[in-house]
This record gives sequence, structure tokens and C-alpha cells, in this order.
Amino acid sequence: MKFLHLVLANLGRHKRRTILTTASVALALFLFASLRTVVTTLDAAARFGSVRRLVSTNATGIVFPLPLSYANKLRGVPGVEAVSWANWFGGRYGDNKRFFAQFAVDPESYLEMYPEISLPEDQKQAFLRERSSAIIGRRLVEVFGWRLGQDVTIQGTIFPGDWTFTIRGIYTPTDAVINDDMLLFRHDYLEERLGRPGISGWYVIRIDDANHAAQIARTIDIQFRNSTAATKTGTEQAFNASFATMWGNVSLLMGTIGLAVVFAILLVTANAMMMSSRERTREVAVLKTIGFSDRTVFGLVMLEAAAIALTGALLGLGGAKYLYKATNFNGGGFLPGFDVTTDTLLLGATVALLLMLASGLVPAVRAARLPVVQALRRVE
Amino acid sequence: MKIPLIYNARSVLQRPVSTAFTALGIGLVVAVFIGMLALANGFRAALARTGSNLNALVLRRGADSELSSGIDRATASILAASPHVASGADGRPLVSPEVYVLIPLSRRGADTGTVANVVVRGIGEAAWKVRANIAVVAGEPPHSGRAEVCVGRKMASTFPNTDVGQTLHFGGRDWTVVCQFTAGGSAFESEIWGENEQFMPVFRGEVFQSVSFRLKDPAAFDEAKRALESDQRLTVDVHLESTFYAEQSQVLGRILEILAFLITSIMAVGAIFGAVNTMYAAVATRAPEIAVLLTLGFHPRSVLLSFLVESALIALVGGVIGILLALPINGIVTSTTNWASFSEIAFSFRVTPGLLLAGLGFALVMGTLGGFFPAWRAARLPVVQALR
Repeated sequence: MKFLHLVLANLGRHKRRTILTTASVALALFLFASLRTVVTTLDAAARFGSVRRLVSTNATGIVFPLPLSYANKLRGVPGVEAVSWANWFGGRYGDNKRFFAQFAVDPESYLEMYPEISLPEDQKQAFLRERSSAIIGRRLVEVFGWRLGQDVTIQGTIFPGDWTFTIRGIYTPTDAVINDDMLLFRHDYLEERLGRPGISGWYVIRIDDANHAAQIARTIDIQFRNSTAATKTGTEQAFNASFATMWGNVSLLMGTIGLAVVFAILLVTANAMMMSSRERTREVAVLKTIGFSDRTVFGLVMLEAAAIALTGALLGLGGAKYLYKATNFNGGGFLPGFDVTTDTLLLGATVALLLMLASGLVPAVRAARLPVVQALRRVE
Repeated sequence: MKIPLIYNARSVLQRPVSTAFTALGIGLVVAVFIGMLALANGFRAALARTGSNLNALVLRRGADSELSSGIDRATASILAASPHVASGADGRPLVSPEVYVLIPLSRRGADTGTVANVVVRGIGEAAWKVRANIAVVAGEPPHSGRAEVCVGRKMASTFPNTDVGQTLHFGGRDWTVVCQFTAGGSAFESEIWGENEQFMPVFRGEVFQSVSFRLKDPAAFDEAKRALESDQRLTVDVHLESTFYAEQSQVLGRILEILAFLITSIMAVGAIFGAVNTMYAAVATRAPEIAVLLTLGFHPRSVLLSFLVESALIALVGGVIGILLALPINGIVTSTTNWASFSEIAFSFRVTPGLLLAGLGFALVMGTLGGFFPAWRAARLPVVQALR
């Protein structure tokens, strides 16, 4: 601790260099944290899902519908507590620059199935009462400036025409992983306008015991195996996970870039450390002459590297965590719940530590091994 | 008078480690820059090549992708009889009504839980002629009436059971793979093709999703569009094929490009700081040399220029390193989901000479920016003190 003054003095010798190097480390760790958070956010979305909820889709493909008549049959399956359904609407709003998900849901059962979608009781009742109403996520209020009671018109793509809904509720997700920018309207409204084709997109099923999930899923699939719309039933987690993998090998891409970033910064820091060490041959010689041991000199250099790495880490990692929290960033809706996890912060800190070791090692060893007499010759 | 370049070259070589580190740092930034833009490039190129300027694509009015469209047989017949459609060598109209659906398929090597949504396209005989860049590279086209499919070339490496003679299972039926086709590197190479009439009962019934036709007069596309869209018997939107597919690449292409610029900008700032450090140290150690140069009569402006050139030189070396690092990824096939059509698309990284030049330019900019203040400091060196 008594050497702290010396270390700080050394760092302050070339303020510009210290600041630039620290800034480079901070930037690199900021980038590292950001890239890693993309991966962790997608992972979290993939792992989200209640263990007591199953999702049943058409076995031929997710783009094919299931008959509405399945609802009653599903309710009759042993172990099933509740059944709800939804349909992907996929409409366009305005100039379509900002994508957001729209679903037609069976209002009462869907809200009961997903307590994570929470909205005030009076708004919920309005949604249940009024056929052409819709509830929107909190974020859409900021993005589009929509208000309660406003009419919004969406251009249908799969279901052609103009669809107008009245906003009767604004929901807040209790879990950050759930998108807070969806628009949910009533499935019976969709049905009515299409002339009652009796179809739904997929079913969500709540079961009584999570341990029976596989068994119940199998029962359901066997029941509908020989009908025109065979089902594929799995846990909600599996359903969400399949979407996360659609991006392709994101973790490989982010990991590779992250590696390149860290390596590039290592070069910058090591370069700076070596430049400093080369210039300070004289001081090291003098220090050794007045009695500083080789080990102490080694420690001093390492402490310098540590100071830069630590400051950079605090600025970079802390900056990333704070920035994304403060701006409520969610990647335009694609990365809900974007937040730098403690794991990422710890990993970043480890990287900073390794950085310190790698960049400081060579100069520290050189300083420790410096032959005093020859070095003194260069002192004025 | 200008300071000779050889001075810079020799000085750079005198600090090999420092120079190497700085150059390598810049090189990594350039490599990431080129790599990410090659990814965006490859994706856009695959979709751009999918559509042709000579063909028109007809979808139901309001549909934004083939997936959400539906065209019945009557509409398809009316379109086929339109005077805007070109005729083939056999006198038949070059019109291709197509079924378009997505099916889940597990990728090779991945666990069965993760699936990709693969495009299955129903075609008629005319499809092979309407889309001019298609070539069957293995096996022969599916026979009418049989449960046979043709698989796009890029599917072969990513999905199992896609070799000629093997069997795919989807839609509750087994399908024999009888051929593989290439399509000029376009999105079609990520699709499975089969006969319309085989697919219809399996999927959505007597409905096509799109109709593609060869324009009789490509220059008169607007006239054809107007005529067909205002036809009272039809409710369709007519798109120029090339424009349509290019637009489908917009969302993801733009995301990739923005990501590329964001990441490389942040990295570049870090690399520039490294260059700044190096050059300041260089100026500091060479203060006596610079003082001598100034005493000899070289104008401070020449000293400024000289150091800028030196910094640019290091950056250029870094740029070349970056190019060498990025070149090997050219041609590597990767795949993702095109969110515009919700379908899996395989494409290859595409490094173009333009991209390489951009990388070099980027390196030069980094070097020049990094070297500016140190060079400025060198030019304004107080000669007398430095000479001591």
C-alpha cells in the first residue's frame, strides 16, 4: 500500500498515455460486455417458459393452423388444467420501420394463462368486454405515442385488409424476457371477420404437474396423430428455444469478434506498457541502487498494469451496464430484457486481469532482471 | 522540401515490436470490419441474385412475403392468359404458379430440438424455364405424379438426408430426393422443390402462394403492373422479382451493416489510441533527430507531413495484415433466418475487391487520425531545447 503513491506518480508521468490506454481498455471491455450480452439475452429468451406450460403447434410446420375444435378435446386430456390459443397476425403499421409482434388471443384464457402479462383490472375488463379492443405493451406507448382509447389501424398481410383496434389496456410484463412491445387483440374478432373458418395458430396448455409434461405431450400428439392437423407438443421452453436458434450461430460470431477485440486491446496495452518500461530504465536502476529489491520492482510494474486494467474495467463494464439500463435498450424489440449479467461482468473482470498479467509481465520481468551497473551508466 | 520516405521507413524498422503491435491492432480492426461487411454482403447478394429483372412476381394484394399470400387457380389461369406474359419456345406461356410453405427440419449435427424453417416450393414444369439461372447438378428433375423432390445445393451441407436417393420426411409423408440444383448462389439454393400437385393436398389445399412469370417486354413492367393490378377479376400486387427479393434483404442486411459499423467504430477508437501512443513515443524519442531536421532547414510542414506519412505507413501495413486475416472467410457458407420471410437462408461470406479497398482506406484513416497530434507536436518542436 505504501507503494501506491509511487505507482500513481509513475502513471501520472505520461498522463496522456495513461488516459489513452485506459480509454482503450474501457472501450474494449464495453464492446466485450455488449457482445456477450447479446448472447446471454438470446439464451435467456430461449430458456424462458413456465415448466407447467406446454405449446402445441401443427406438426407439419408452425405456419399451418390448428382447428379450433381441438380446444375442447385438449381440455379433456388428463392432467390438463387450462387451455388457451393464439394466432400470429403479422401486420404492418405505418411505414413499417418499427417491427412489433401482433397476436390474436382468446382473451380470458390467455390472460389467465400468462399472469406475467399484467394490466390494471379495469383495463382487463374493458378488453374482455369489447370485441374490437386490443391491449398493447408499455413500450409501444413510447415508440408510437399511442394512448388508451385510441384507434390504431394495422394493414393485414396474412389476413388482408385494414384492421382497426381500440386500445383498451396497456400491459407491463413482470418478467423482462417477455416482449413489452406486443399488441394483443381478440381471437373471436379475427374469426368473425374471416367468416368463422374455425382455426387457431397454436395452443398453450397448462398442466397440473411439471413432471408429467413429456407424458401429457405424448398423449396429445398421439390423439391427433391421424387427423388432418397432427400436433407437435412440447414445453414452452423448447418452443422459445427453437426461435432463439433461428439467428444461426450467433454465439460463434459474437465470440469471434469478442476475441478479436480483446486481442487487439491486449496489443495496445502491452505496447504502452513496454514503451513506459523502456523509458524508465534509469529510474529502475536508481530504485534498485537505493535498496528496492527485484521482487518489489517487479510488483511495482505489475501494479501499474493492474491500475490501468482495473480503471478500464470499471469504466467499460460499468458503463455498459449503466448505459443499457438507462436507455432501456432492447435491440428494436429483438432483444427483450437486454441487461449485462453478473456473469458477464465477472468474465469481463477476468479478461481485464489477464490483460494486466499479459501486458505487464514482460516489462516487469525486464525491470526485475535489470543489471544495475550497466543501467546506471546511462543515468546522467 | 519534402523529407524522403526512406527516413520514415528506416525509423519504423528501428522500433519493430512497437510498430508490429500497433499494425496488428489496426489489422484486427480491419479484419473484423471486412468480415462483418462480407457477412452482410453475402446475405444481400444471395437475395439480390434470387430475383431477375426479366420476371414479375405476383402475390395477393397486401401480402408482404410469399408466405402470407394466397392465389387461387382461377387467378393463376387469368394471369397465364395475360398479354404481358412471354411465351416459351413451345408457345406455352412462361408462367410458374408456386406453392410456398415452411417446414421444420433439423440441421445436421444439431439436436432434434432445434429446427430451422426451410422453404418448400411447389413448382410446375415451367418453373425451370421461367427462372433462367437454375441448373440441375445431380440427378434429374422430379417426375410428375411421384413423391419426389429436388433439393437446393446449399441444403446438402446443412441438412441430413439431402443426397440423391435419400428420403426426407415432412408433411406426414416420405419424399425421395431425386436431384440437387444450383441457382447462381441465390436464396433458391436453400429450398426444397417439388411438384405443386403433390404438395397441395399435404399443405394448404388448392391454393398457390405466388405466380412468377417472364415479362414479354421487361421495359414495360410498369404497364404490366398497372394492367394486372387494376383488373377487376384479380386482387393482386405485382412486383419486379429483383426488387422484391432485394427488399426482403433490407431488414437483416441493415441490421448486420449497422452492427458492423458500430463494432468496428468502437474498435477503431481503441486502435487509434494505440497508434497515438506509439507515435507520441516515437516523437519523444526522436526529438533530437527532429530538431536536426528543422535546423537543417526542413519546413515544419514537411516534418508534419513526414510523421503523418509514417503513421499512415504503419496503418497501411496493418491494413494489409487485416486483409490477409479476412480473406480466408470468403466463401464460407453460413445460414440464418431471414425475418422478412421467416425462412432459413444459407449464404456465403462475400469479400469483394471494393470491400478490401474500403478496409485499406479505413486503416489509412485510422493511421492518419492517430498520427495527427503527434505529428503536430513534432512540427512545433522547440528546436533549441530539443537539440540539447
